[in-house]
Amino acid sequence: MTKVSIHVTLKEGVLDPQGKAIENSLSTLGYDGVHDVRVGKLIEMFIDHEDVEAQVNVMCEKLLANPVIENFTYEIEEGVAQ
Amino acid sequence: MKFAVIVFPGSNCDRDMYHAAKDALGAEAELVWYQDAALEGYDAILIPGGFSYGDYLRCGAIASTSDIVTSLRREAKKGTPILGVCNGFQILLESGLLPGALIRNQNLKFICHFEELVVNNNETLFTTDYEKNEVISVPVAHGEGNYYCDDQTLAELVEHKQIVFTYKNNPNGSVRDIAGIVNKQGNVLGMMPHPERAAERLLGSDDGLKMFTSMLKNWRDQYATNA
Repeated sequence: MTKVSIHVTLKEGVLDPQGKAIENSLSTLGYDGVHDVRVGKLIEMFIDHEDVEAQVNVMCEKLLANPVIENFTYEIEEGVAQ
Repeated sequence: MKFAVIVFPGSNCDRDMYHAAKDALGAEAELVWYQDAALEGYDAILIPGGFSYGDYLRCGAIASTSDIVTSLRREAKKGTPILGVCNGFQILLESGLLPGALIRNQNLKFICHFEELVVNNNETLFTTDYEKNEVISVPVAHGEGNYYCDDQTLAELVEHKQIVFTYKNNPNGSVRDIAGIVNKQGNVLGMMPHPERAAERLLGSDDGLKMFTSMLKNWRDQYATNA
């Protein structure tokens, strides 16, 4: 079984108000040295077909990430037990 | 003139949109369930607000993969007027029918109140009944209405007069105070504020009605030209 982990992150320059709010909370908790907090998504899936990489690329471009505001990276692990 | 109002699972402004077209304007209107993908035979298409598919993944992202969006693309190409409001705007952006994206409001809050909008372009088929730079009062109701696009896209929007509505007092952090944009062809308009909620005096404002009367007048003019 092939496991794919896709990371979707906001592009540089795109404002992340959620990250900013988390940063403020961390500061309230006393973590002063924390900055540039950004929130992204981790999407995991198992794929049965071959040619996983090509498929994942298209999936990300078509649906999983919005190219206007987001970047994506992924890791593919072969032979993972589900 | 016959309007189609597309209904997705999770749409919640479909009845308001229908009411504005049918009762406030007095045109024909039909609610079209998203699985009945036939959009032919309508003179204009309205995509209402709401939370299609629970806003899963990104607002409008799941709806943009449905078959009806394929029909919508075809109608857009043909020149059929298409108006997307709020979640409808998000769907148009996710479908690539309009440029840019909508992200979380700068203050992270869901905002729901009347906003003053400036009509920047009154030469679109949606806005001819307004004066240029007319200030209108229309309600917003969204958590993710912060319009974003890169500098190049913004320059193109300005160059082609695609910025139709701007906020007088930007409530969500949108670049250039953008509240609504139109495509280059001029027949697809997306906006976060809800003109259908300001289509009758009883609702506190009827400033939104002129969008519907503009569409009707332009349809009549075109009909007369083609006849």
